Amino acid sequence: MAVEGLSESVMVTQLDKLANWVRKNSLWPMPFATACCGIELMATGASRHDIARFGAEAMRFTPRQCDLMIVAGRVAMKMLPVLQRIWLQMPEPKWCISMGACASSGGVFDTYAVVQGIDRFIPVDVYVPGCPPRPEQLLQSVIDLQDKIQRTGTIAGKEFQIPAQGHPPRSLAVDVPPTERMVAPGNYATATRLQSE
Amino acid sequence: MTREEIVNKLRERFGADAFSTSEFRDNYRIILPVERVYSVLEYLKISCGFDLLAELGGADYLQYPNARDRYGVWYVLVNTTTGVRLIVKTFTNDPEPTVPSVYPLWKGADWMEREVYDMYGVVFDGHPDLRRILLPDEFTSFPMRKDYPMRGRGERHNFPIISRPES
Repeated sequence: MAVEGLSESVMVTQLDKLANWVRKNSLWPMPFATACCGIELMATGASRHDIARFGAEAMRFTPRQCDLMIVAGRVAMKMLPVLQRIWLQMPEPKWCISMGACASSGGVFDTYAVVQGIDRFIPVDVYVPGCPPRPEQLLQSVIDLQDKIQRTGTIAGKEFQIPAQGHPPRSLAVDVPPTERMVAPGNYATATRLQSE
Repeated sequence: MTREEIVNKLRERFGADAFSTSEFRDNYRIILPVERVYSVLEYLKISCGFDLLAELGGADYLQYPNARDRYGVWYVLVNTTTGVRLIVKTFTNDPEPTVPSVYPLWKGADWMEREVYDMYGVVFDGHPDLRRILLPDEFTSFPMRKDYPMRGRGERHNFPIISRPES
């Protein structure tokens, strides 16, 4: 907003909006790439798709220099404590993009060792569908996150103090009682099904 | 030395009914009781030139048609001079499935035996460092056993939840 009596090069705005504008155009991604989504993430950073157009080209492999975690790929139960630790090491303000079906929901890997969605254990801002998503989809998620930062951000980070809406997803631990057994191999039609006694 | 010569040699050394054999395409298997497996493997290494343990794996035959034993452990041996391959199979059972470790014969058995222990709970007697290799140390089940549910017993959800205000 220009003010009368001042030069045209002088503008007046809110400090929050200025901070949001600065933050959203200088995201520093932490690529937490564990699977094939990581390849698409690399393609997004390469020259053809060029994530630098959105100011997010400075990928750092230390969480202490990042403010955007991109979880690209399935997260095994052995990896989840690492993911949580990296998330806690990132300085605020920080955001998280859950890239692809596996990071968002476990994808096709509905097994004992794969976490069924990282949003059960860390906060997520934007989900990207796809298996794996195209680089354009990841770029769209960066644009959406920029929009979210511009709309909701505050310089003091007050938006992070508000508890998340709704409850975390229901635990899947009760889905399979220990009485269920695997069907023996040899019959491929039923080999991976569960059978109740 | 061809396969037939090796098997004849083994029959001479350990007796005609010490083991049985089976064949599928180019796989030739020697099936042994677990008490005899170490001595036969040792003989195969020292006297028959099987200097490479190419593979070592396990299997759970619970509810498998016509299976008599629960856990199988198999060794794929290669003679790197002649290129002959030989598969040795043995079986073990609950409550304490135990197979002698072949680490003294082939150092490469180290991680392979740890993996079979990790997935099936088969204990390799004499292994120098038998602990989990792929799964986290605090894991208590053996997930490749057939009576373990495919989706686990809730291990994958046994973590603290970090919310926005906490992080």
